[in-house]
Amino acid sequence: MKTRIRPSAIVWLLLAAAYFIIPLVATLLFSLNKLSTGKCCSAHAYGTILHDSAFWQNLKTSAVLGVETIAISLVLFVPTIYLVHLKLPKLRPLLAFLALIPFVVPPIVMVIGLLDFYKGSPSWFYAQPWGFLATAYVILAFPYMYFSLDAGYRSIDIHTLTEASQSLGASWPRTLLTVILPNIRSAALAGSFLTLAIVMGEFTIASLAAFHTFPIYIQSIEESEAYPAAAVTLISFGITWAAMLSLLVIGRKRGARGALIAGAR
Amino acid sequence: MLLGSFKGVHGGWTVANVRTLFKSPFLPAFETSIKLSLTTAVAGCILGFAVAYAAIREGTPRVLRGIITTFSGVAANFGGIPLAFAFIATIGNVGIVTKFLASDLHWNIYQTKFPVFGSFTLFNTFGVGIVYMYFQIPLMILVIAPAIDGLRREWREAAANLGASSWQFWRHVGVPVLMPSLLGATILLFGNAFAAYATAYSLTAGSVGLVPILIGYYYSGNVLDNPHLAQALAFGMFVVLAVMMLLYVPLQRRASRWAR
Repeated sequence: MKTRIRPSAIVWLLLAAAYFIIPLVATLLFSLNKLSTGKCCSAHAYGTILHDSAFWQNLKTSAVLGVETIAISLVLFVPTIYLVHLKLPKLRPLLAFLALIPFVVPPIVMVIGLLDFYKGSPSWFYAQPWGFLATAYVILAFPYMYFSLDAGYRSIDIHTLTEASQSLGASWPRTLLTVILPNIRSAALAGSFLTLAIVMGEFTIASLAAFHTFPIYIQSIEESEAYPAAAVTLISFGITWAAMLSLLVIGRKRGARGALIAGAR
Repeated sequence: MLLGSFKGVHGGWTVANVRTLFKSPFLPAFETSIKLSLTTAVAGCILGFAVAYAAIREGTPRVLRGIITTFSGVAANFGGIPLAFAFIATIGNVGIVTKFLASDLHWNIYQTKFPVFGSFTLFNTFGVGIVYMYFQIPLMILVIAPAIDGLRREWREAAANLGASSWQFWRHVGVPVLMPSLLGATILLFGNAFAAYATAYSLTAGSVGLVPILIGYYYSGNVLDNPHLAQALAFGMFVVLAVMMLLYVPLQRRASRWAR
């Protein structure tokens, strides 16, 4: 039996569509306004942003931070979670509990604790985004990495794969790199894209720790210039959406269904 | 190393700040924060559920469901500074929609008194709440969709066969079955709004007295150079969220009872 779409469903979906689409359209219209007249249409605001060297600098800082966070997370967590699955399954609840901590402890609370904890550390760590901020982001991204990788390891038979690889004479690093890693590739990629989306949008920690990243730049533009701010807002949307859509494309393949909720709030 | 840094987060503020917390009566901020979080959580829960149900129920094309979950995945992740600006461009003082309503419909939303919430500006808790819905509703859709899937179609048909009206179905079957999931989701949404900093900061430039805003204010020494106060507030936030988590876990367990 084929039922038709209910009128109440149509109303709800239309309302939702209006609420979610209008701000995006309004930002787009706003970004196209001419600086001199305040009327449509010019791409001047985009030109201002793209010719601003601070834009590229901060975007680069955030992008490099994102890549660094992903690299550290993968190096730390891929072997750890592999070992826990293979040899220490009893520790899995502990890891899952640790992964919940960044959810319960909001970034604003976390940054206070971290700044206090690392207060005495050398300035190459404390005063550099590559040191302090990357550490904070590895912690912030841990749940997303963990849930992605955990789902990835659960979807493959690591015991059989490991035994097969070892009975053929492969060493541990070789097993991990050439046998296990290719099998959890989509899970690792999913975790990485989520991490990237988080790092590119994270404001709280960077702001309180006084680092200049992309979101900080957006905030400073918003305080000074309205139309370029709309343009940079849309550029930032684009980045988040690209990261999230790549994630969803990967998510269609097996083993990559992790948490979908990251936080830049 | 990982364990160490987590311990650091705890050790960093549990020891020294418990004492300071009780010295500084920052109750109004907690009150505002909790009120805002609770309102957006409950509203997000209801609206998110309505949208999710509209998207999932029989009759709605499956394509739509795919689009909505995909979009929710993106929108739930999209908050902070850009979100704040999108709303400023929409219903800020010179926002596109504000201007449109004023010039074409002669309705100045900035001079209208709304029931319950009072006058609207984007920069008080009312406005901040409306912006928060942009990430609350999608989060609700993502969280509640599996629970709605568990609401078996046969139950609805059985109820209809026994002569139950739609309202009776919801009153006696739907809502009771979904209750643990709904409450759990509300708690999740509460935590989500409670922890949010960037959006409110960017919208109000610190003029709304929410706990995270105050923490940021005190920590960066804008008002008083008193990082300990910030730490005490942070500790208070943690306590509120920890209590919420303790409520969440048993609800989650109960919600999974009806899972297929």
